[in-house]
Amino acid sequence: MSGNGANGVRVGVYVCHCGTNIAGTIDVRRLAEYAATLPGVVVAREYKYMCSDPGQQLIKEDVRAHDLNRIVVAACSPTLHEKTFRQATAQAGLNPYYFQMVNIREHDSWVHTDKEAATEKAEDLVRAAVRRVKLHEPLERKRVPVKADVLVVGGGIAGIHAALTLADSGKHVYLVEREPTIGGHMAKFDKTFPTLDCAACILTPKMTAVKAHPNITLWTLSSVTRVDGYVGNFTVTVTRKPRYVLEDLCLGCMECIEACVYKQAKTPDEFNLGLSKRKPIYIPFPQAVPQVVVIDPETCIEFKSGRCKKTCVEVCGDRKSIDFQQQERTETIEVGTIILATGFKVFDAARIPYYGYGTYPAVYTALEVERLTNAAGPTSGEIVLRDGRKPKAIGIIHCVGSRDDRTNRYCSRVCCMYSLKLAHLIKEKTEAEVYNFYIDIRAPGKAFEEFYNRVAEEGTLFVRGKVADIYPDPDGSGRLILRAEDTLLSMVRKVPVDMVVLSVGLEAHADAQEVRRLFNITCANDGWFLERHPKLAPVNTFTEGIFLAGCCQGPKDIPDTVAQAGAAAAEALALIDKGYVEMEPNTAYIVEEDCSGCKTCITLCPYNAISFLAEKKKAEIAEVLCKGCGTCVAACPSGSIKQHLFEDAEVFEEITGVLNYA
Amino acid sequence: MPETTIPAAQIAGDKFEPKIVAFFCNWCTYLAADLAGTSRTRYAPNIRVIRLMCSGRVDPQFVLDAFAKGADGVLIGGCHPGDCHYQEGNYKALRRVRMLKRLLKEMGIEEDRFRLEWISAAEADRLRVAVNDMVEKVRALGPLRLQVPPEVFAEEVNA
Repeated sequence: MSGNGANGVRVGVYVCHCGTNIAGTIDVRRLAEYAATLPGVVVAREYKYMCSDPGQQLIKEDVRAHDLNRIVVAACSPTLHEKTFRQATAQAGLNPYYFQMVNIREHDSWVHTDKEAATEKAEDLVRAAVRRVKLHEPLERKRVPVKADVLVVGGGIAGIHAALTLADSGKHVYLVEREPTIGGHMAKFDKTFPTLDCAACILTPKMTAVKAHPNITLWTLSSVTRVDGYVGNFTVTVTRKPRYVLEDLCLGCMECIEACVYKQAKTPDEFNLGLSKRKPIYIPFPQAVPQVVVIDPETCIEFKSGRCKKTCVEVCGDRKSIDFQQQERTETIEVGTIILATGFKVFDAARIPYYGYGTYPAVYTALEVERLTNAAGPTSGEIVLRDGRKPKAIGIIHCVGSRDDRTNRYCSRVCCMYSLKLAHLIKEKTEAEVYNFYIDIRAPGKAFEEFYNRVAEEGTLFVRGKVADIYPDPDGSGRLILRAEDTLLSMVRKVPVDMVVLSVGLEAHADAQEVRRLFNITCANDGWFLERHPKLAPVNTFTEGIFLAGCCQGPKDIPDTVAQAGAAAAEALALIDKGYVEMEPNTAYIVEEDCSGCKTCITLCPYNAISFLAEKKKAEIAEVLCKGCGTCVAACPSGSIKQHLFEDAEVFEEITGVLNYA
Repeated sequence: MPETTIPAAQIAGDKFEPKIVAFFCNWCTYLAADLAGTSRTRYAPNIRVIRLMCSGRVDPQFVLDAFAKGADGVLIGGCHPGDCHYQEGNYKALRRVRMLKRLLKEMGIEEDRFRLEWISAAEADRLRVAVNDMVEKVRALGPLRLQVPPEVFAEEVNA
């Protein structure tokens, strides 16, 4: 296909109104009329919605009627509809790459208000595209097979749900979790709002299903340390920290814990957020998966001195499942798709000094209170203070680390609801008076508002105002005074309480930036992973084949997390079931007769795609390895490296075009 | 003040509107510009974006060509160091920009007319600030008037 028919290059230009999105700012008629005057343009039209069927039909009919061989569409961003119009171009019988998109919505009508300036800008951009498209060459998309195995990073409810969905469909899943057990934050919760299902009752069956599933390889105490490759063909290195217990041999009988030379547990228990103690050999919580003990080398005497009696080994006996010599291992796996479900961390309440977290023992975070109310928690579900007293009045402070310019400006979405839930649970278990200090109650969700009303009817008190200070009651009673302006009464209130619950917000993990770099994806400003499109591609990332599930993308509750995990699994399945991906044909290539063999390009390529043919004294590009960045193209002193879709000549035409030069 | 006596329309008419050619990488800055669009972030309409896959694709000749053909300024936008979609293309861009800056200085092109900005896909506002700031500075500098008539240009190129 030469592309240029007997009549030479014949361009059709289509200007989209996008309703009023474009037409409201840009004079679309003037733009189309202007486009019609450009050399090579045979037809120029404007239409309400170019992406609609009739819009695409317009292109197809014109190609036939006017013998067009190049198409330019001025509409939205190519990230949205370039595919659509390439397809329409192909359906019209042309090579899909005989097409150029002009972004006059995101880059023009949506960011400018001056109609004249916006229209002028659109004219410049259309002119550039028309000049460029004339040089377009026919290109073919290469198909690359997609490996069926999937990597799921993070074993919270998001990762668990995604892994089970994929495994149930027959795909093999590697589930990588850095803690000794899966379960994530949800395993720590007591009841879940608004239905008050017990978190463990709904989560633990799924956790055991993961362990039992023949299609899931579960690696705990593991993290991804390297990712190579591209959609369909990722090579991932996973580093597995030693557990010092052989997972296959340990039965989880926990006799070793009993037998440990430490008669008393002395180390703050991570799972109970330090509210209880554990021994150096321990199991994070009774329903942990894998149901296997773990040794903490930081506190184990054998690791510290090498002179322990090793009563744990003794009691384990013939099973010999304890191995002090276990080393860190790395595993390399080949997967086609990756789902990131790395979750969140709770806001560090100590960052707000006037709430006295860490100073006053009676100040707790909400997650700590989850553990206190939990029957499997450190107090067996009894709500008592650190000194054993039963609180008679409890203040719950909303929006700690959320909706605040000094910490995080976003709403953490779940705090209102979990605060209401905790208020309910406290009311249920104690006689205490419960005060909620709130800015607004945000209860948008199925049965959420009803739950709020129910909690209010139960007698929980609501004070609209932010607590400005917490200090010990001067009367020496040991209570804390919460000082807040009640904005409904327009007065400052001082409420004495025995216990303070800080409803801490959700934050991206401290290492979110490193994880993002590892997987070559993007973070939004607050550190949450950025989705490809906030509405239409909420689980996709800008890196093909990598999907997001759960709170790593932003704060959300359990139902939304599970829904998103299912969506991410479906996206991965769609790729796997198709079996191949088509690669954008934007690779670099060498015009051999122009290559001087200077080797400038060889060290520049980050993918080692360029090699030097010694006998010919020429460079050679392995097309399969080239990812199309074009760095070598820009560096080649003789201009012998070229890039499909981004040829020098095409870019020069664009420059000439936008500047209206000649 | 003398300005007040000039009709507003005339000021607007006389106001020099610089034209800035921007080379944005496909993965960070182009997407930041898309995000600016979806979030209706307003900025000066003086830039004309040319999309490339990576800031490492920006051939120094593109920059020189843009100036020669009448651009009053050239802006390159890439991913932050360490964040390049292609690992290190932005470092290559930085190297070329440093070289170009010296070259442009020699040629008498003011420093403010050529800029490299690291703008991630999430930083629509950073894009707005960078574009507006650059437009203001170039506007203050006035037109570059480097544009060579096409026929002269062609003659020189073909000579």
